[in-house]
Amino acid sequence: MSTAGQEKVKVRLATTSLAGCFGCHMSFLDIDERLFELAEIAEFDRSPLTDIKHCGPCDIALIEGGVCNTDNVHVVRELRANAKILVAVGACAINGGLPALRNKLDVNAILTQVYRDPKTGEPCVPNSPELPLPLDMVYPVNEIVRVDYSLPGCPPSGDAIWKFLTDLILGRMPRLDYSLLNYD
Amino acid sequence: MAETTFTIDEMPIPFTPGQTILEAAKAAGIYIPHLCYHPELKAHGGCKMCTVLVNGRPQTACTQKAAAGQEVDVDTPELNAMRRTLVQMLFIEGNHFCPGCEKSGACQLQALGYEYEMLTPHFVELYPERKVDASHPDVLIEFNRCVLCELCVRASRDIDHKEVFGIAGRGRDAHLVVNSPTGKLGDSALAVTDRAVQVCPVGAIIVKRVGFAAAPIGERIYDKSPISAEVDVNESSEAR
Amino acid sequence: MPTADPVVSAIAEKYRNNPTYVLQILRETQEALDWISPETVETVAAQLKIPRTRVQSVLQFYSFLYDKPRGRYRILFADNITDRMAGNIALFEHMLSRLKLKRGEVSSDGQVSVDLTSDTGMCDQGPAMLVNNRAIPRLTMRRIDEICALVKERVPLEEWPADYFRVEDNIRRRETLLTSIAPGVALDAAIARGRQGMLDEIKRSNVRGRGGAGFPMGTKWEGARNAPGAERYIVCNADEGEPGTFKDRVLLNSFSVRVLEGMAIAGYATGATKGFIYLRGEYKHLQAKLQREIDEMRASGRLGASIRGAPGFDFDIEIHMGAGGYICGEGTAMVESLEGKPGRPRVRPPSMVQVGYRGKPTVVDNVESLAHATEIAVEGGAHFAKRGTRFSTGTKLLSISGDCERPGVYEYQFGVTIGRVLEDCGAKAISAVQIGGASGVLLTPDDFSRRIAFEDVPTAGAFMVFGPDRDIFEVARNFAQFFAHESCGFCTPCRVGTTVQRNIMEKIAEGRGSRYEINELKRVVAFMQRTSHCGLGETAGNAVRDALSKFRPAFERRLRAKDFEPAIDLERALEPARRITGRDDAEAHLETES
Repeated sequence: MSTAGQEKVKVRLATTSLAGCFGCHMSFLDIDERLFELAEIAEFDRSPLTDIKHCGPCDIALIEGGVCNTDNVHVVRELRANAKILVAVGACAINGGLPALRNKLDVNAILTQVYRDPKTGEPCVPNSPELPLPLDMVYPVNEIVRVDYSLPGCPPSGDAIWKFLTDLILGRMPRLDYSLLNYD
Repeated sequence: MAETTFTIDEMPIPFTPGQTILEAAKAAGIYIPHLCYHPELKAHGGCKMCTVLVNGRPQTACTQKAAAGQEVDVDTPELNAMRRTLVQMLFIEGNHFCPGCEKSGACQLQALGYEYEMLTPHFVELYPERKVDASHPDVLIEFNRCVLCELCVRASRDIDHKEVFGIAGRGRDAHLVVNSPTGKLGDSALAVTDRAVQVCPVGAIIVKRVGFAAAPIGERIYDKSPISAEVDVNESSEAR
Repeated sequence: MPTADPVVSAIAEKYRNNPTYVLQILRETQEALDWISPETVETVAAQLKIPRTRVQSVLQFYSFLYDKPRGRYRILFADNITDRMAGNIALFEHMLSRLKLKRGEVSSDGQVSVDLTSDTGMCDQGPAMLVNNRAIPRLTMRRIDEICALVKERVPLEEWPADYFRVEDNIRRRETLLTSIAPGVALDAAIARGRQGMLDEIKRSNVRGRGGAGFPMGTKWEGARNAPGAERYIVCNADEGEPGTFKDRVLLNSFSVRVLEGMAIAGYATGATKGFIYLRGEYKHLQAKLQREIDEMRASGRLGASIRGAPGFDFDIEIHMGAGGYICGEGTAMVESLEGKPGRPRVRPPSMVQVGYRGKPTVVDNVESLAHATEIAVEGGAHFAKRGTRFSTGTKLLSISGDCERPGVYEYQFGVTIGRVLEDCGAKAISAVQIGGASGVLLTPDDFSRRIAFEDVPTAGAFMVFGPDRDIFEVARNFAQFFAHESCGFCTPCRVGTTVQRNIMEKIAEGRGSRYEINELKRVVAFMQRTSHCGLGETAGNAVRDALSKFRPAFERRLRAKDFEPAIDLERALEPARRITGRDDAEAHLETES
């Protein structure tokens, strides 16, 4: 059977950033000219790179950041429901990372400390239904949905992301060499 | 017949009577992972990283004496998976956020994670509530990162002869305590030059005003080579 | 230098300011002062000339020592699965509401606190509680009301009705061990055999340790006897902390002559001149009686120098009280505790018979094992070995509790079938038996033809019976909670693993479990078994493992019909922010995914 003449089926990728700093996405861009190579074999679904708002069925979803509010929960559920392979990318997605430093503080104490009426100094925590409600703590992605792979680093280097992603796309067990495996 | 060898992964290893398996392996240039072991201090045996199979039975290599004819397994997939699980448990037990830790790159817990290809701590995080003690002018204790190896306890007692540290509490409540009337490090007899300060394998006991200046990312000890390459260098990660 | 509290000073003086007795000193100080304040820690440290961290390490290790005010009446409900089956939680909650208290909290007048504790050795007469370490069994709602009234009226504990504290023996079946031997008879018999002769008889009897491990007692005694040095010790392990056992309580209460003389015989055969009874804190009610017995033995020449006139047969016994800690039943942890330290198991080798209490050769034997020594002294090892089976000689006490008509202590020759035991205790339509306590095995009717013996079903004697309506998941969950509470914290796999196991069981109990959790449980259980430092961690997953393999539906019906559930309860995680924002709109909730 020949595929000549047919357009090659591309791998569909989704990416998102939750409670994080977008550093992992910046690092993703650090694969530099390999982005062209990636574009040959993959196309993007929901991602900050495409501005697609909701995810359709896709092959691989990369999640940066921990889960800190209702919106984050909806997003990870959407990606989990649509992606064949879900990858937690970076320290925050894996163990909460720096945002999780708030975990030992009471979320209400934080909110009332931060949101104050400038005139009276009284707490005035915004309560619009449009705002995502914060969870009591920041959670790793794997505590909210099933995660298939984890790619550590803060951020993982462009090389590490490239190696991991190409291993996945080519159907290999992703494996990081010593120099590519970092927690910071 | 005076046998003076045992085997590690089927290789004959010489030993002198009284040597532990870990010591004999080290002398022979074979790496056995460890966290709570230090050559200057009495063995502890609690972290279990150095667990090996001695004639098929799990034993800690830091406490088990080498004996003629012993067959020891060190580098097997089963043992390495077990070591990865141990590192994962230590990670979720404390609050280990490598990106914000001064010890990152020179931390033995982190390096063991790299060694055993830990990609995630896997278990549900316990996120314990622990405080920082910054009362000492030169040294701070970040209890969030303590792995209860008791190296500082032993070093302070047996080398510094001060007994500044102890372990109190049971089970998951076990924690490091400081010997001072207030329980604060600043009121203890600790000096920045104490061996107890230097032996911490993780970022729990930190010398102040050094911060991340020790070495830039990429130049830190475990950036350059894995902890398993450390076998003939005496505790090279210390005090960096 | 802190101002010396006269109470603390007097207690420390009584122990000659010997730091080895720090646990005893803290126990007695607490009885006088209700808790151990930071000032008390300073005083004790200064008076014993040890770092305060050593005092803290002991204070914070043992469950029955309090480093925060806990009130004048410190009430602890036993919370073994058998207490649960007998309705302890309803009684506990009733008491909390009567006293307007939350669990573990001290009342506003500083008088009383109410909490839960591990098994207290009263499974045959539960539900039970401890008030300031004094056991009160057979609790009922009415008794709880009475106790609440006494507490409110601040009646001193000594004036509470004596009947409350009555502990029954409940002996249901006797053979040779639950039979008295007149004082001095066994000692005379041992002396007549001579030191070597006595040791030979122990070896000939093939008697094996009754604490569960089944190590041959003769080998142990001989090891200690042959170890170099002049100083040796005998330790009677009366910690009996395994949930479901209470037979040592009965031996110590009604057959203490045999236990104490058994210790002296062990001293005679091994050359030890000093013995300790490590009595669990929960058995405080036995302390005074045992002390009187020891004093009486000393007065009548059955303890002390030249016992029964035999030159060089010098032996004395001291009671050492525990203070809440299952791990102290482990031999090396017990010796650590005796030395005034936290009960953390030592690294082995060396073995205790070489390097034990204060570095000297030490024999640690179970209460029941030592009591058997008197029988062997009198009748000889060959006669003893005729009872039981070839590999498990003699008789065994079983502590039977749970769903049966006649709970209590039963003595059988080794080799008795489980079915026979169940029949004798009036257990009908049984779904499972937990043998050997929380660390033991869960057996189902298929196994009831198996035998109690080291070569088949070994046990220290706990025998908990579960009827057809019992939820075996709850049994395993209770034991998982127990191990998470009792892990000493020395080694990584047990310290963290027991908590991971407990948390997974709690998640499943809340109805938030999935297949993922089942696989995780299996993994953690196997991991702890393989890598832990001592028997506690090695066996901490046994109950969960057995329940999973034999009562899988008890788990399955609690699982969500999915392969994964969040680690946390998302609705609960949103609760604080909902409260502060006052929101209750649809977006302020996270429905469970369908």
